[in-house]
Amino acid sequence: MTEPTDSAALTRLTAAELAARIHAGEISAERVTQAHLNRISEVDGAVHAFLHVDTEGALDAARAVDAELAAGKQPRSALAGVPLALKDVFTTNGVPTTCGSRILDGWIPPYDATVTRKLREAGVVILGKANMDEFAMGSSTENSAFGPTRNPWDHDRIPGGSGGGSAASLAAFEAPLAVGTDTGGSIRQPAAVTGTVGVKPTYGGVSRYGLVAFSSSLDQGGPCARTVLDAALLHEVIGGHDPLDSTSIDAAVPPVVAAARQGADGDLRGVRVGVVTEFAGEGYQPGVLSSFHAAVETLRGLGAEVVEVSCPNFEHALPAYYLINPSEASSNLARFDAMRYGLRVGENGASAEEVMSATREAGFGAEVKRRIMLGTFALSSGYYDAYYGQAQKVRTLVSRDFAAAFERVDVLVSPTTPTTAFPIGERVDDPMAMYRADLCTVPVNLAGNAAISVPSGLSDEDGLPVGLQVMAPAMADERMYRVGAAFEAARDAAQGGSLVLGCPSVPGTVEPQGSGA
Amino acid sequence: MTTMAETMDYDEVVARFDPVLGLEVHVELSTATKMFCGCATTFGAEPNTQVCPTCLGLPGSLPVVNGAAVESAIRIGLALNCDISPWCRFARKNYFYPDMPKNFQTSQYDEPIAFEGWMDVELADGDTVRVGIERAHMEEDTGKSLHVGGADGRIHGASHSLLDYNRAGVPLIEIVTKPIEGVGDRAPEVARAYVTALRDLLRALQVSDVRMDQGSLRCDANVSLRPVGTTEFGTRTETKNVNSLRSVERAVRYEMTRQAAVLAGGGEIVQETRHFDEGSQTTSAGRRKETAEDYRYFPEPDLVPIAPSADWVARLRETLPEKPAELRKRIQQEWQLSDAELRDLLNAGAVEVIAATVQAGATPDEARSWWVSYLAQQANTRGVELAELPIGPAQVAKVIALVNAGELTNKLAREVIDGVLAGEGEPAEVVAARGLAVVSDDSALTAAVDEALAAQPDVADKIRAGKVQAAGAIVGAVMKATKGQADAKRVRELILERCS
Ligand SMILES: [Zn+2]
Repeated sequence: MTEPTDSAALTRLTAAELAARIHAGEISAERVTQAHLNRISEVDGAVHAFLHVDTEGALDAARAVDAELAAGKQPRSALAGVPLALKDVFTTNGVPTTCGSRILDGWIPPYDATVTRKLREAGVVILGKANMDEFAMGSSTENSAFGPTRNPWDHDRIPGGSGGGSAASLAAFEAPLAVGTDTGGSIRQPAAVTGTVGVKPTYGGVSRYGLVAFSSSLDQGGPCARTVLDAALLHEVIGGHDPLDSTSIDAAVPPVVAAARQGADGDLRGVRVGVVTEFAGEGYQPGVLSSFHAAVETLRGLGAEVVEVSCPNFEHALPAYYLINPSEASSNLARFDAMRYGLRVGENGASAEEVMSATREAGFGAEVKRRIMLGTFALSSGYYDAYYGQAQKVRTLVSRDFAAAFERVDVLVSPTTPTTAFPIGERVDDPMAMYRADLCTVPVNLAGNAAISVPSGLSDEDGLPVGLQVMAPAMADERMYRVGAAFEAARDAAQGGSLVLGCPSVPGTVEPQGSGA
Repeated sequence: MTTMAETMDYDEVVARFDPVLGLEVHVELSTATKMFCGCATTFGAEPNTQVCPTCLGLPGSLPVVNGAAVESAIRIGLALNCDISPWCRFARKNYFYPDMPKNFQTSQYDEPIAFEGWMDVELADGDTVRVGIERAHMEEDTGKSLHVGGADGRIHGASHSLLDYNRAGVPLIEIVTKPIEGVGDRAPEVARAYVTALRDLLRALQVSDVRMDQGSLRCDANVSLRPVGTTEFGTRTETKNVNSLRSVERAVRYEMTRQAAVLAGGGEIVQETRHFDEGSQTTSAGRRKETAEDYRYFPEPDLVPIAPSADWVARLRETLPEKPAELRKRIQQEWQLSDAELRDLLNAGAVEVIAATVQAGATPDEARSWWVSYLAQQANTRGVELAELPIGPAQVAKVIALVNAGELTNKLAREVIDGVLAGEGEPAEVVAARGLAVVSDDSALTAAVDEALAAQPDVADKIRAGKVQAAGAIVGAVMKATKGQADAKRVRELILERCS
């Protein structure tokens, strides 16, 4: 392997590789950070993965890591000095946090989210805030009030959502790591359509303190990266119990790094893999299914015992999800009323009620309003039992399906999302089509267990990335890391390298295509 | 000229109508920190100084339940003879109001921590009424709005409003009675007696300051009337802003006479919130509830369920203070009071405060003498009950301790009490601020010296003649007069000064 010397080549390295070089004193964290900042200024005008780039803050953090290493101190963590894109839904003390919404335009949080704090304490360099669908509602990042993010594989296509900015920053080599949030697939679906890795940890595994709530019982922060090992390294930095989050699990982070390293050995003998039979058929792109079937064969080839598993209640998961998330969102988003922070619209002399109303009308986008209205309706008296109450029952049934399946198998697999990246604009006027992007990912959020999306290949029809979803029981996140890493190693070996290195916008390869470049 | 009387004569009201009451009492707990965050709960701090991301409802913030508040809630539930839920959740009560940072209140809905209880309430003539308790649940307080520019601080006509979130998130327990029926003409008295008994119970539990004047105990009175002999409930009104025990009684009485006049005139009672006006002692229409407000309750997803173990509940039961009736019986024996004396103390509302002062370290005689004399005068002047005075048993006990320590004379102690009543802070703060400590005040000692010299003129003469050692006898007398707490050296100096 040739040592990267130029700034652009540095951005091709994985987080683990960068950390090794920084900690060995071969290269400074500042230079690594500068290389990524350079890359951002080159390509982000076209990709628009970032809403805010904190150049000074990032360089200061990198220099602090360099100073500690120069003084002979041990690196603060396995990722000290490595840059990262933080989804703009986590609060950052002194740095704008918008959640992709006009209503938070100009708000500077006075406190760090626990995830933000852990990243800073680990010496991870936060480059800036990643674009997202407004309040994480969406599957395409088209709902960002500040303009869509473009898929680095094809700038006319969506990068997935809500965490399109986080995923695109990885595929565009603007950052080797990102943090996202996954309420119904917002980490995994963007990972799938950008050829990157995305993890939704067990609910309660990563603190929600400072994660601006969309749907509290479903939201979960998690790592995004270009390799399974990088995701595991980041998982161990941001995970763990937090007394500030009552729903945080009081237990050690599952041994995900060890599992990722073990998986890379490529031996899955004794591992039972269940293929969810419900996730196939109508609505699934043929190229997605063929990539998935090839992935299953690869797992079998690594020694895994593959069986089919039926989870009959998964088909009710999507409608239940689209009752629970708007219900919780309608309450969570009530606080945006112009009284204390953010946007304020209204004539001088208007009443508080008029100001609240005018601000919410001007500050929220169409999808957010749609969900607030849906949720308000679903919770209203006389309808609660039929909608919210019924959805909670489905949630219990979905959990039972998982419990029964995990009696038989160690992990479940499925495509991450039914199609590859669709063209920007294609589904904006068809919410139901947009919601179907979450079909395979929402059961995990409803049940609170864990899942990862790993690139499985390119779809035959359009040459765009496809994701393999591996699901694990709650607090057994290490299982999916092991299987995901084994698959990744086998696929990369067979294809001669990481899928994402084939992304057209990789430095030194093909120039970004499509509009906006 | 009105053609119809606005109120009906009370005797006629009770001859024709049967009142039904429902009382909702909100108690602010005196925990050191708020319900869901670590902010302090001190009353009267500078606006918006006791706030954090959680109680300001900033985006991303999350609540964490205050265990001490849950403990208080369980103890209150047990003291009200309630069942304690083995598993319950918080719920969100959704509505928009600027003093509510999240635009939902974290409360409890269909799973209260305590339910199905009762409390026996003793009336002035010794009769007892058993009031059923529907539920006691936990919730958080809202902030406070200050409406500027309108009449008497109400929102109508105000030019703008100021918001103080110090109170936002302070733990509240809401205690709701079952309908109180069959008390007839005694309804106003029962209402007052219930709130009084509840206040005394909460004070004995030491879970709240229970100060109606400061809002740490708030009562909403639901009143409805039905024709005598019928069983179906009439339409009720809910009267708020009832800020003293006396007002509880008057508000209920006024509502009865108002509603009776409306009904007698062929009108209908509007289900609404009414506002009690302390000045006119009447109620006026407030927010009208045309349709029942839909709060869209749902279980709070940011909090895990509360599941008090039977063991914990049993341990908390052990910490309950003796019941008021038992307390009275014991006190009558211990203080050797006749029935009449006890009745006087009870009617003066003095038993609980004296007992609490004794518990805080004073002797029964000391506590009694302060509460039934000087403090009773102050309460009388202010037209409030002893327990409503802005000084509590712990503070009175502290003053008594200062007197016993020789740091205050009785006269100075009264000044200290005046200072506490005037809102100048704790006794020690008043002593410091007003410079009242005996050490810096020779006049009291000088007076004692003069008294002793006057009582023993022969000794005084000896000292004046130069027999300095004779001063010992006077020192002894002064020390005895000051219960041995005066500074003997200073006393001797003063004696020699006065005799020089
Ligand atoms: Zn607070």
